[in-house]
Amino acid sequence: MDFRFSEEQTMTADVVRELLNDVCQPADLRRLMGDGAARDEERWAKIVEMGLAGALVAEGKGGLGLSAIDFVQIAEACGYAGLPEPLVENAGVALPLLAAFSENARVAALLERALAGEVTVTVAHPANPFVADGDTAEAVLVVRDGAMHLVETAKATLVAQASVDPFRRLFTVEFEPSDATLVAGADEAGVPLAAALDRGALFAAAQMQGIAQRCVDLGVAYAKERQQFGKPIGSYQAVKHHLATAQVKIEFARPVLHAAAAQLEQGDLYSRARISQAKLACTDAADVAARTSIQVHGAMGYSWEVDVHFFLKRGIALTNWWGGTAFHRERVAARVFARPLGPEHTFAREA
Amino acid sequence: MDLDYTDEQQAFRQEVRSWLEKHVPGKPLPSFDASREGFEAHRAWERVLAEGRWGMVTWPESYGGRGLDLIQWLIFEEEYYRAGAPLRVNQNGIFLLGPTLMEYGTDEQKARFLTSMASGDEIWAQAWSEPQAGSDLASVRATAVLEGDEYVLKGHKIWSSRAVFADWAFGLFRTDPASQRHKGLSLIFFPLNASGVRVQAIPQIDGETGFAEIFLDDVRVPAFNRLGGEGEGWNICMATAGFERGLMLRSPARFQVAARKLVELYKAHEAEVEPTVKAAVLQSWMDAEAYALSIYATASRLAAGGHIGAEASTNKIFWSEMDIAMHKAALSILGARAELLRSAPEAGDIGRWLDGYFFSLAGPIYAGSNEIQRNIIAERMLGLPRA
Repeated sequence: MDFRFSEEQTMTADVVRELLNDVCQPADLRRLMGDGAARDEERWAKIVEMGLAGALVAEGKGGLGLSAIDFVQIAEACGYAGLPEPLVENAGVALPLLAAFSENARVAALLERALAGEVTVTVAHPANPFVADGDTAEAVLVVRDGAMHLVETAKATLVAQASVDPFRRLFTVEFEPSDATLVAGADEAGVPLAAALDRGALFAAAQMQGIAQRCVDLGVAYAKERQQFGKPIGSYQAVKHHLATAQVKIEFARPVLHAAAAQLEQGDLYSRARISQAKLACTDAADVAARTSIQVHGAMGYSWEVDVHFFLKRGIALTNWWGGTAFHRERVAARVFARPLGPEHTFAREA
Repeated sequence: MDLDYTDEQQAFRQEVRSWLEKHVPGKPLPSFDASREGFEAHRAWERVLAEGRWGMVTWPESYGGRGLDLIQWLIFEEEYYRAGAPLRVNQNGIFLLGPTLMEYGTDEQKARFLTSMASGDEIWAQAWSEPQAGSDLASVRATAVLEGDEYVLKGHKIWSSRAVFADWAFGLFRTDPASQRHKGLSLIFFPLNASGVRVQAIPQIDGETGFAEIFLDDVRVPAFNRLGGEGEGWNICMATAGFERGLMLRSPARFQVAARKLVELYKAHEAEVEPTVKAAVLQSWMDAEAYALSIYATASRLAAGGHIGAEASTNKIFWSEMDIAMHKAALSILGARAELLRSAPEAGDIGRWLDGYFFSLAGPIYAGSNEIQRNIIAERMLGLPRA
C-alpha cells in the first residue's frame, strides 16, 4: 500500500505542466479565439513531439504503454491550462480504443499515423451526444447498433453544434455504414467501448480537477490584488471562507481521482464506481470553484475581461461529457447497494 | 501507486480482527460521558486493550505500544470500528497528549505519564479553553507562577472534555504575567483531584456531561509537570492541535461504518422515503470513502518522511461537515420517529441517530472552529493576506 505517485509519474506531469504554462495561458486562448482557429498548430506540434499521442497505447502496438495513473496528472494539467487541443480525448480515449481493433488493416494504418502525431482520431461514443474535434480529426470511431465503424471525416457529414465553450468543437456525424466502414461487430466492440467510457469519464474528471484548482488560483490572485475599503479583498474573512470552502472540495476530490486512476485497470464494479465517484467529486469541485471565483471577482467575474469564464464554460461542458450526474450516481449505487460496505472494503476488487 | 495491501498488512488485519472478536464486549458499554459507571466501564476496556498491547498501537513498545506505522494504524482503526468496539475514553491522552509528550517530553516525563496513560490508570482531560478564549487560545488568562520548584495555578478553564470523571488534565497557562497573546504561555499538567481544583459539569445539548468548567484556586503542582520549556506552550499546543484536527482524532473508519449503517437504514425504509434521500445516502458513502482515501494518501506521504501540513485544517472541516450530513440523512429516513429518545419504548436502536446528530453539531465547533480552519486554509495554503 503506497498512495503516492512515482518520481517518474510526477516528472512527466511536471514537464507537461511547464510546457502548458509556457504556451497555453489565457492570453494564448484569446489569441486563438481571435484567429477563429480550432487549434494552435505550433502548440500541438510541441505536445506531439513529447510523444504523448501514444501515451496509453501498448508498447507492442507502438505506444508508450502508460497506464491511467501515469496519465491522470497530465489530464489535470490540461484542465488547468484550458487546453483547446484534443490531447485528452485523442491520446487518453480515442487511440487506446482504436488500438483495441488494430488487427484490422485499415485501423493499423491509421493508428500508425495517429501515434506519430500526424493525425488525430475522435470517438462518437454512445455516452456522448456529439463528437468533439470532428473538424480536425482524420477519422471518427462511430457505433451503429453496437458495432464499431471507422469513418474518415472527409467521407462523413459533420454538422457543427456551437458549444458554450469557445474551444469545444462539437459535431453531429452522419455516414453510410458499410462493410468498408465496419471494424468490429457488437460482440467485440462492447468491452473496448466500456473501457473507453471509463477512461473518458476518468480523464474528464481529471480535467475538472484542474479546472477547479485554476478557478481557485485565479480567485486568489485577484483577491490579493483587488482593493476595497483600503485593503485587499482577500483579507476579508467572507472572501477567505468562500475560497477555502472551494479548496476543501478540491482536496477531497483529488484522492478519489487518483485512486480511480490507480484502480481503472481492474475494470470491475468497484473500479467503475470509483471512476464515477471521481467524476461526481471533481465536477462538484469545479462547479463550486468556478462559481466561487466569479463571486470573488465581483462584477468583473461576470465579464469576458477576466479569464474565469473560460474555465466555467469548460466545466459546464465536461459536467455531462462521458456521463452526467445521474449516470454516474447510478454506477455508484450499483456498487453501494450490491456489495459489502465498510472500511475494510475501501480498496476492494472483484474476487 | 499501489493500492493493494501487502501480505504482512493482510496478516496484521487478521490478527487484529481475531483479537477483537475475542475481546470486544458483547453489549455496548454505557456512555462514558453520562455516568461514573460508564466511565469506569470504559476504563476497564482500556485496561483490556492495554493488556493485549492494542491500546496505543503507534506508540513505541517501551511505552506499551507496538511501534506500528500509519498504514497499520489505519488498518487497526478499520478493524476496531468494524468490530463495534467501544469509543476510546482516553482519546485526549492517546491521540493528543501522547504524541505531544513523545515529541517534547523529557525521558522522565515520558516514563511517568505515558505508561499510566497506556494502561488506562490515568485518563486525561484537556483544559485549554477559557470563558473568554474559544478558538482564540492565545488570549488565555489562567496563570502559573513558579514558587520554588512548584507552579501555583490560578484561573478558570471551560469546555474541558471528560474532566468530570478524568484523573488528569493538561492546560495552557500564562507563566509570564507581562506577556501578551501567544508569548509567555506554558503547557502544564495537573491532577483533577488536587487541592484547589473544583470541577463543575456542564450539561451538553444531549443532557450528558461530556464537558466541564474547571476552577483553579492556588493549585500547586511540581515544575516537573511543565511540558517543554517555559513560554513554549503555544508552539507545543499548535503541534497538539495538528494531531487533533489532523489524522488522529477522526480516523476514517468511524465514518465508513456510519455510512454502512446509513445505507442499511435506507434499505430498510427505501419504500417510504423520498427520492432525494437516496442521493444524500450515496453522497454520505462517497464522502466517507473520499475521507478514507485522503487519509491513506496522507499516511503514505508521512510514512515516506513527509510532514503534515494544511491537511489538519482541511480534514477537520471535511469530517465535521460530513458527520452532520450523514446524520441529517438518517433523520430524514426516520421521519417522524427521528425525534424519539433512546429511552422511548418504540425507539429501538434508532435513538442513536439522534444522539449522533447532536454530537455531530459540535464537530464544526471543537478542535478549533471551522471558521478558524477556513482562515488557516486561506492564509497558509492559499496565501491570502491576514486581516
